[in-house]
Amino acid sequence: MIDKHLQNRKSVLAGIMMIIVVIYVLQLINLQIFNPTYKEHADSNAFLNKTQYPARGLMYDRNEKLLVYNKPAYDIMVVLNEVEPFDTVDFCKAVNLSVPFFKSLINKLPKDKGYSYIPQLLLSQLSVEEYAVLQEKLFKFPGFYIQNRTLREYTYPCAAHALGSVGEVSKTNIEADDYYRSGDYAGMNGVEKHYEKELRGKKGVEILLRDYRGRIKGKYEEGEMDIDPISGKNLTLSLDIDLQMYGEQLMQGKVGSVVAIEPATGEILAMVSSPSFNPSDLVGRQRTKNFRALNNDPIKPLLDRPLMARYPPGSTFKVVNSLIFKEEEIITPATRFSCNNGFVAGRLRVGCHHHPNNLDLVGSIQHSCNAYYCHGLRAMLDNKKYGSTENAFTVWKDAVVSFGFGYKLGVDFPNENRGYIPNAEVYNKIYGKGSWRALTVISIAIGQGEVISTPIQTANLAAAIANRGYWYPPHIVKHIEGGKIDSMYYKKRHTVVDPKHFDSTIEGMRMAVVAGTARVAAIDSVEVCGKTGTAQNPHGKDHSIFMAFAPKDNPKIAIAVFVENAGFGATWAGPIASLMMEKYLKGSINPKRKYLEDRMLNTNLMPSAKKH
Amino acid sequence: MLRNIKISQAVDWPTILMYIVLVIMGWISIYGASYDFEHPSVFDFDQNAGKQLLWIGSCVFICISLLMIDSRIYDVFAYFIYAAALVLLILTVLFAPEIKGSKSWLVLGPVRIQTVEIAKFATGLALAKFMSRYNFRLKGFKNYLPVLLLIITPMALVLFQKEAGSALVFLAFFLMLYREGMPGVLLYLAGCCVILFIIVIKFGSDLLQPTADSIGAILAVFFIIITQLGFLFVFTKNLKQIKYIGLGYVFVIVIALVVNLIIPVSYLYFLAVAMFLSVLYLSWLSIQLRAKPYVLIALFTIGAVAYAYSSDYLFTSVLQPHQQMRIEVLLGMQNDPTGAGYNVNQSKIAIGSGQFLGKGFLNGTQTKLKYVPEQDTDFIFCTVGEEYGFWGSVLVLGLYLAFLLRLLHMAERQRETFSRVYGYGVVSIFFFHFAINIGMVLGLAPVIGIPLPFFSYGGSSLWGFTILLFIFLRLDASRLEKMR
Repeated sequence: MIDKHLQNRKSVLAGIMMIIVVIYVLQLINLQIFNPTYKEHADSNAFLNKTQYPARGLMYDRNEKLLVYNKPAYDIMVVLNEVEPFDTVDFCKAVNLSVPFFKSLINKLPKDKGYSYIPQLLLSQLSVEEYAVLQEKLFKFPGFYIQNRTLREYTYPCAAHALGSVGEVSKTNIEADDYYRSGDYAGMNGVEKHYEKELRGKKGVEILLRDYRGRIKGKYEEGEMDIDPISGKNLTLSLDIDLQMYGEQLMQGKVGSVVAIEPATGEILAMVSSPSFNPSDLVGRQRTKNFRALNNDPIKPLLDRPLMARYPPGSTFKVVNSLIFKEEEIITPATRFSCNNGFVAGRLRVGCHHHPNNLDLVGSIQHSCNAYYCHGLRAMLDNKKYGSTENAFTVWKDAVVSFGFGYKLGVDFPNENRGYIPNAEVYNKIYGKGSWRALTVISIAIGQGEVISTPIQTANLAAAIANRGYWYPPHIVKHIEGGKIDSMYYKKRHTVVDPKHFDSTIEGMRMAVVAGTARVAAIDSVEVCGKTGTAQNPHGKDHSIFMAFAPKDNPKIAIAVFVENAGFGATWAGPIASLMMEKYLKGSINPKRKYLEDRMLNTNLMPSAKKH
Repeated sequence: MLRNIKISQAVDWPTILMYIVLVIMGWISIYGASYDFEHPSVFDFDQNAGKQLLWIGSCVFICISLLMIDSRIYDVFAYFIYAAALVLLILTVLFAPEIKGSKSWLVLGPVRIQTVEIAKFATGLALAKFMSRYNFRLKGFKNYLPVLLLIITPMALVLFQKEAGSALVFLAFFLMLYREGMPGVLLYLAGCCVILFIIVIKFGSDLLQPTADSIGAILAVFFIIITQLGFLFVFTKNLKQIKYIGLGYVFVIVIALVVNLIIPVSYLYFLAVAMFLSVLYLSWLSIQLRAKPYVLIALFTIGAVAYAYSSDYLFTSVLQPHQQMRIEVLLGMQNDPTGAGYNVNQSKIAIGSGQFLGKGFLNGTQTKLKYVPEQDTDFIFCTVGEEYGFWGSVLVLGLYLAFLLRLLHMAERQRETFSRVYGYGVVSIFFFHFAINIGMVLGLAPVIGIPLPFFSYGGSSLWGFTILLFIFLRLDASRLEKMR
């Protein structure tokens, strides 16, 4: 019995089947081809990317003494959906926590479903000892894991500002550099920050397989896709750690800076910021607490004074002026200016200490004669050959800047201050265009007034004079293992002053030590050249400044010392600079000068200050 | 008149070939699904893949036996087999232990069988036997009732086993009934039921308190109106009346729009009035023209409205909360990837992550790490999707389509009603399993736990499907024995 009408129904059924299959293929296209989110979702399901943290690069001093290295630390991670009921008291005892604090830690973790199977940081930076206690008990606490990390460890309790510290990255860090993930560490200041890219190395990743209950099921592809971490590069610093330590001891109880530079290279030999602190204080779980204490201290121990403190350069600036005047042919070394206990022009009077009258250039530096430089500056700025005071001033300013003032030197630190050298425009604004003369701005002749320098700029000036006319940007990293330091540190920067003009100025600095204001800085059998300075301080006692280099020929060290609120340069800064140079050049202090050393070591100029 | 033919020549080799390929692909998928990254072992008979190999081996024996048996035996013993299957189902209901929430496994010593698999081919045989009676026509209550009873009895018993999914499989026989003369409009009405249900559940259950924006109700009404006009066209071909009624609706809608400019009144009231008028008009036409279809269409309209109103009640009061949940998740009303939607969500992730080329054999992480539940049974297709990607999935779907179309072709070519009815039953069951299983895995059909034939792990289902198929292959092989 054949029914044509019903036979056609086979085609209807076949049509339904084909339509269903087409619908399914369309859904497959949707799922597998047009929708990458499923792939991402699958990967985040199944792969646990465990970060392998690299060891941070080590730091050595210029004599290959190890300064900064790593010690292991352990973070406790928790995967919430694997945690089973456990003995909270036992756990807290093992990690040395109070039970309520532990509970607050647990409660702080995000509880969304997406987080419940991801390892989250519960407690960071357990010490080896704490870890040892916990490790034996860890099997009792499913869901808790240990993540290996490293912390910084310091061989010497000094150079905290220069070395810098390492801390947990902030949101801003993460946004600026997608290398970082929340909880990572990075250099926060000093060398640690400036050389972060070299020191941090490269994180590796271990890809683990995780099943639906969050259990680890071994390595993906037997670890073939894993990326091994690459250790950070080791740095050799130009710092001489013994000199640094000695400097910190000398500066104890004083507020100020010491910067010592090797003139031939621009390498920083010592960089003391006082008051200082132990770099180990800013490591590990104590970091936050100690940082807060240091940050709240009114003397600002965290301030990196050598790079950031702004002072008028005072009389040290006279040597710059002496060189510029010679270069501009305003004076010759033989030029003499009279001094009647100071510089007098109409009602204006710049006082001078008692010293012989009518000095030549060498004598003016030797005795730090104010009048000499006021006359000199007046002779330059009011000189007709420039056309106007403004033009003359611009020539003067450009010459000053060529010594490294007014702009950042380009040191390898993240927080350098540029100091301040005014330009003609500034005076035009204050006094009106064309209505200011040399006498209006006369205080810049002796390093007061608008000019501002930082200790490192002053040390750099010492180096530029020691080199008779050029300097290298000061820097603290001498060598990067498997890398190169910035080529700018090999590039000579010439001052506008011709080398031939330096001899008389240097002779003046030499004479200051031999028979002038800086006699206290003399060292047996070393030709020290120095210049004292006193920076006027509107807020209190003047700052004591000393700038020097030695030996006179073929100098090995250039130094600048600033002691805040300590009076004349010769009283405090001079002896400290001198002891530093002696220590560096001769290795030890001559017993005859022991009294000086003791006085420096034992004097506390800030009795009210908190000791760190 | 009979003539003897060689089975090996008469049997449909293309189908057997497709069967073998599907079984092998199935085994590879099971091997992939039960592979453990930590303990890779190829032929461990404690593992599912190893066990499945034993089942496949035993199927070779079953296939050969079934092809050797004289085909007339099925005709003779059809009712007996059916009765035996019913007895097994009853025994199962009474004695089966509860495994994973269902009582579908009959445990006989070391052997566990899922009796519903036997009931499937037994019901197919019984239906074939009954419908191949001399002068049987699928018409009238007297003929329909036994057929429906044959289908509903095993279905009810399976429902008692708390296996709703397997029970629904028996509905597949209605596809066969359609081929055997059941009016197509019934299939369409069944489709209407599903569509109305979805509209009402998805777009709002506020039918009893209509508001101006009860979209669900308005959509449902429009669906009913369009169906009504469609029926009028198919069954009366009276274009004039269709035009009148259609214009009537348009007129009412325009009035509703105008009134709403003045005061907001729910469109639903206007549409209800319009439909009421259409029912009156259709009844009047039926009397005037002395034609039955008009009044039937009027009845459909009333019935559809009543059904739409009651679907909401059906959903909230008849269905279990977990069933409601599944439906809501399927309709996208609930987004609960860890709860009711977890299986489907993970299954979509596994398949979607395969992308075009797939991750490669044994490289599927989602299935290996057991993110997909039931991945070697109901969700076995995930492994295909994840490890072989789009091309592999399409290949499998294509192979199934070829297999189904081949069976359809074979069913239609039968010369005996018995073989044809049985053949259509076989096609219908395979199609139902295929469509629902893949649809479920792809997130297009509700999660009804039924296996994918030849792919899903399990001895009972593999045996059941093999027997179902090979009885038909044997019947097909002997189609030329009887000369007419």
